[in-house]
Amino acid sequence: MLRDITLGQYYPTDSVIHRLDPRVKLTATLLFIVSMFLFHSFLGYAVAGICLAVVIVISHVPFRFMMKGLKTIWFLLIFTMIFNIFLTDGTILFQWKFIKISQEGLLTAAFMGLRLFFLIIGSSLMTLTTTPNQLTTGMETGLRWMKVIHVPVHEIAMMMSIALRFIPILMEETDKIMKAQQARGADFEEGKLMDRVRALVPVFVPLFVSAFRRANELAMAMEARCYRGDNGRTSMKPLKYAARDGIAYVIMVLFLVLIVFTDKIAALIF
Amino acid sequence: MIKASKLAYEYIRRDEEGNVEGIVRALDGVDLDIKSGDFVAILGHNGSGKSTIAKEINAILEPTEGVLFVNNYDTSKEENIWDIRQSAGMVFQNPDNQLVASVVEEDVAFGPENLGVPTDEIILRVAEALEKVGMTAYRNSSPNHLSGGQKQRIAIAGILAMKPKCIVLDEPTAMLDPNGRKEVISTIHELNKKEGITILLITHYMDEVVGCDKVIVMDNGKVVMQGTPREIFSRPDEIKKHKLDLPQVTELADELAKEGVDMPKGILSIDEFVEAFTSRYAGK
Ligand SMILES: Nc1ncnc2c1ncn2[C@@H]1O[C@H](COP(=O)(O)OP(=O)(O)OP(=O)(O)O)[C@@H](O)[C@H]1O
Ligand SMILES: [Mg+2]
Repeated sequence: MLRDITLGQYYPTDSVIHRLDPRVKLTATLLFIVSMFLFHSFLGYAVAGICLAVVIVISHVPFRFMMKGLKTIWFLLIFTMIFNIFLTDGTILFQWKFIKISQEGLLTAAFMGLRLFFLIIGSSLMTLTTTPNQLTTGMETGLRWMKVIHVPVHEIAMMMSIALRFIPILMEETDKIMKAQQARGADFEEGKLMDRVRALVPVFVPLFVSAFRRANELAMAMEARCYRGDNGRTSMKPLKYAARDGIAYVIMVLFLVLIVFTDKIAALIF
Repeated sequence: MIKASKLAYEYIRRDEEGNVEGIVRALDGVDLDIKSGDFVAILGHNGSGKSTIAKEINAILEPTEGVLFVNNYDTSKEENIWDIRQSAGMVFQNPDNQLVASVVEEDVAFGPENLGVPTDEIILRVAEALEKVGMTAYRNSSPNHLSGGQKQRIAIAGILAMKPKCIVLDEPTAMLDPNGRKEVISTIHELNKKEGITILLITHYMDEVVGCDKVIVMDNGKVVMQGTPREIFSRPDEIKKHKLDLPQVTELADELAKEGVDMPKGILSIDEFVEAFTSRYAGK
């Protein structure tokens, strides 16, 4: 089980969204997040919601599966909404002692909740349809220009991909060390907080020692395979834009234009 | 392929202030001559300098004294190290700590990517290398789902994709179960026969030594014995003096000979043993 940790839960299936270039998906996610702050009318929410729904349907990721991954975030969502309901002044609909609920409060809460919901769904759609490896390559290739301002893009990407490879190994090792200490009578579950923290010291010391040893060996193995940073390095799977990626960019621009103008259109209609 | 003369290496241990605390002479006057296409095993008990010699061959360590040529490149020259590492690949003991990528084929591609090989060529090389170690079916798997023997074969494929002339394996089977060990050993034998790749196998398992062309025994940083497996294992007393064991059949034949049974020296396989025994004692 620990062997299979996937950051942000990739949902393996075949869809156009899955096949899109990771750079496109990164850009789209960023644009979508920004666009959430560009409209204030009801029509805007409708447009954003419909677009998001269409993308979800095309992605073949079951909506239920997406919801499952959001369990911990529901709390944040409801919390924000409750705050908005009770703390917004306006036409009062209901009052009991000091608790008031206003019409405006309900509206802002609903919109705020919807906006957060869109944000979360929109960005989790990226991690659901892109493997961590693709994301890493996408970032490395897409952000290559940042090397001009001395951001070590290649090194960061390499660190990320090595972390992806070693996180499951180190988790398994932690598990093994904990069991070994438990077999010697260590108790991680009971006692005061300080006692429990103290009980973890004999777990982390060997874990760190082992991690450093692994790092040392891996560095040697990488050098033995002629790794010398980014110098003259090629790639087996270089990212190449396909026609669908161009189309995706066009759709993105259209979406942005649409969102920006919804407020104006809404003002005209209503 | 690999030529060393009077090669020596010293590990210098320093304390926190950088003062020399102690010097370990891990290699001491080593002469080596390994020909292209040879399958050579290096034996020696713990701390005899086997890993040090492997690292010298890969230009990870620079000779303290003497010279070492790998594929006609001088390992002490800085400008040669990438050519040396390309022509003499290295497989390490721990299968987990030498795989870089989280997908098998991407890991195999790591070496050629570092060498700047064009994309199309990398794809060909990766497919070919995986084919040669019999791991094509796993090209899209994660290394975490493979057995130790399979991981070692991936590591070998990663080296093969760099098109080396020679592969140095430092105890590649030490962390494997008997099945994984067999897989790895038969893979490298095949590479040696079919591709003519020079193999340098460092090992603690005497049984793995039997099929080699040449055996080098090291003790205390020096090469103390050299020869074919039969020559080496015909000298059981000398072997034991260097704190090594004999292969099981050889040991048995040797013990029998000591008890007065007529057995030839240097028996290496069970078949040979049976053959020698029955030819002498059948029908008596
Ligand atoms: N990094 C180091 N610093 C100091 N001394 C070292 C270092 N690595 C090895 N040595 C010493 O050099 C000697 C040879 O070590 P080496 O690792 O080559 O032995 P080995 O034959 O590979 O042993 P093993 O069978 O245990 O792998 C040993 O005495 C060892 O203690
Ligand atoms: Mg060693």
